[in-house]
Amino acid sequence: MQIYLPIAEISLDVFLLFTMGGGVGFLSGLFGVGGGFLMTPLLIFIGVSPAVAVASEANQVVAASASGVLVHMRRGHVDFKMGSVLLAGGIAGSSFGVWLYSLLRAMGQLDLVISLSYVAFLGIIGSLMLGESVRAVLRRGRAGAARRKLHQHTWLHGLPFKIRFRKSKLYISALLPLAIGFFVGILSAIMGVGGGFIIVPVMIYVLGMPTITVVGTSLFQIIFVTANVTFLQAVNNQTVDVFLALILLTGGVIGAQFGGRFAGRLPGEYLRLLLGAFVLFVGAVMMFTLVVTPEDIYSLGGGVG
Amino acid sequence: MIGRGLKVLALAAALALAPVHGGLQAQGLVADASRHLVAITTGFVGTEVLLFGATEGEGDVIIVVRGPARRVVVRRKGRHAGIWVNDAEMTFRDVPSYYWLASSKPIETLLRPASVDRHGIGVQHLRLAAVGKVDADDLAGFRAALIRNKVLNGLYTVRPRDVNFLGQRLFRSTVYFPANVPTGSYTVHVFFVRNGSVASAQTVPLTIAKIGIGADVYRFAHASSALYGLIAIAIALLAGLFAGVIFRKA
Repeated sequence: MQIYLPIAEISLDVFLLFTMGGGVGFLSGLFGVGGGFLMTPLLIFIGVSPAVAVASEANQVVAASASGVLVHMRRGHVDFKMGSVLLAGGIAGSSFGVWLYSLLRAMGQLDLVISLSYVAFLGIIGSLMLGESVRAVLRRGRAGAARRKLHQHTWLHGLPFKIRFRKSKLYISALLPLAIGFFVGILSAIMGVGGGFIIVPVMIYVLGMPTITVVGTSLFQIIFVTANVTFLQAVNNQTVDVFLALILLTGGVIGAQFGGRFAGRLPGEYLRLLLGAFVLFVGAVMMFTLVVTPEDIYSLGGGVG
Repeated sequence: MIGRGLKVLALAAALALAPVHGGLQAQGLVADASRHLVAITTGFVGTEVLLFGATEGEGDVIIVVRGPARRVVVRRKGRHAGIWVNDAEMTFRDVPSYYWLASSKPIETLLRPASVDRHGIGVQHLRLAAVGKVDADDLAGFRAALIRNKVLNGLYTVRPRDVNFLGQRLFRSTVYFPANVPTGSYTVHVFFVRNGSVASAQTVPLTIAKIGIGADVYRFAHASSALYGLIAIAIALLAGLFAGVIFRKA
C-alpha cells in the first residue's frame, strides 16, 4: 500500500517503511542503540531526500529514546545532573548543527558532509568496538583476568569548574561533558542520529562513568537534543515529515521489544562484536557511494522558488 | 474506462457541432481536459488525464503540457582525493517543472523547424536561461544534464506520445502525471497544424494541488512551522512513552 508523504513529497510503501522501522528497531533493542545511524542511510537509499531523512529521523529518535528511558528511570539508572550538563552542551551543539546544515544545504555540499560524517564516525567507532570486543572474547574463559581501574587520571582531570556527580561517582570538570554534548549535538543535527553510539563509549572511556548509568543518562539527554533538532529543522527547513516518523516509530518500538528479549540470550562481548561489525559495514557502504564513479556526475538541486 | 471515453467523445462531438461563440475557443479548434484539477491525496501514485477536442476540417494536432516554471540548480561532481564532490553548479531560471508532448504525426513532418522552435515544441527547444555569467562550453553539458535528469525522474517527455484521431475531426490523447509531479498551475497548449504551420492554438488550464490531510499537514508545516515542530515532538514523546508503558505490562 502506497502512502504519499506530504513533506518528503514522494509515495512510498507503508509496509516497506514499517518493516524498516521494525528491523532497525530489532537491532536497536538487541544492541541498545538508537538506530538512527542505520535508519537515515536506509531512508536516503529508498529515495527520501537526505534533508527530510535526517530531520524526520531525529523526530523518530525522540520517541525511541522516550520509550527506552522509562526502564532506566524506574531502576534509578539515570544521572540527571550529568544528563543536564551534557544536555546544555547538546542544545548548543545541535542548534549550531542545524545552522550548519542549512548552510551546507544552500552550498550543495550537504550530502557530501552527511556521507563523510558517516564514514568517519562509523569507521572509528566500529573499529574501536570490534577491537575491544575481540579482545574481550579472547579474554573470556581465562579466569581472574585483571580488572581495569575505574578510570585513569589524565590531563582531562586537571580542567577547572569541577563538579561532583554523585550518581556516577565522579568529580570532574563540567567543561568535559559540556564539550562532549556540544560535539554530539552537532552530529545529531547533521547525521540524523541520537548519537548514542558515540556518546556511550565516550562516557565510559573518557568520562569514566560506571556502565550502569551510561545508557539511561545518554537516552535522557538524547530525548531533548533530538527534540531540539526536530524543532529547529521544522522551523528553518520544514523538512520534518510527521507521517514518515510515525510509521517508522510504530515499527521501531515493536521491533525493539523483540530485539530486547533476544539480547538476553547472547553474551555481551559477542553482541558488541556483532554491532562493531555492523557499524563498520554501514560505514563501508557509505564510503563506497563516495568513491564509486556516479552514474551521472550531474544532479539537480532542489527547485528553489 | 470505455464508458467514460464514450461520454467524453459525445461531449467533444457536441462541442464540435455547437456554434462557436468565440471566447476561449480558437478558430477551427476546440479542446479540453477530462478534469482541470488533479488532486494529490494521501494515496496518490500518479494519474492520467484525458485531453480531447475537435478540429474544423482536416489537419494535425500537437499537444504540449507544461508545469509551473521553477528555478533549478544543476550541480556537477568532480573527483577530488578519490571521492566525488560537487564542485561546479549552474542555475537555470524559468525551467518548466514538467514537460509533456504528444503529436498525431512525427513533428518534423508537420512543422517547419522555425515554427517548432518559436512555439517551444520539444524539450530541445525549451528556452532554458542560465543565471549569471556562464561558460559557453559548460552550458551545453549542464543543459543536457538538466533535461536528462528530468527525463529520468519521469517529468520530461522527449519522444512525443500519440494523439489519436477518431475519424477526421475528433482527437484524444492521455497525459500521465507521475507520483512525484510538482504542484502548481499547468498549461495545456493544443496546436492545430495545417500545411506546415500552426493554424490555430488553444490553451487549457490545469491545476495540480495537494488535497486532504497531506495537504493540510504540508501547509501547516510551512505556515506555522514552530507549532508544527512542537506538535511533532509531542506526538513522538507520547508515542514513545505510550509504547514504554504498554510493553512494560506485556
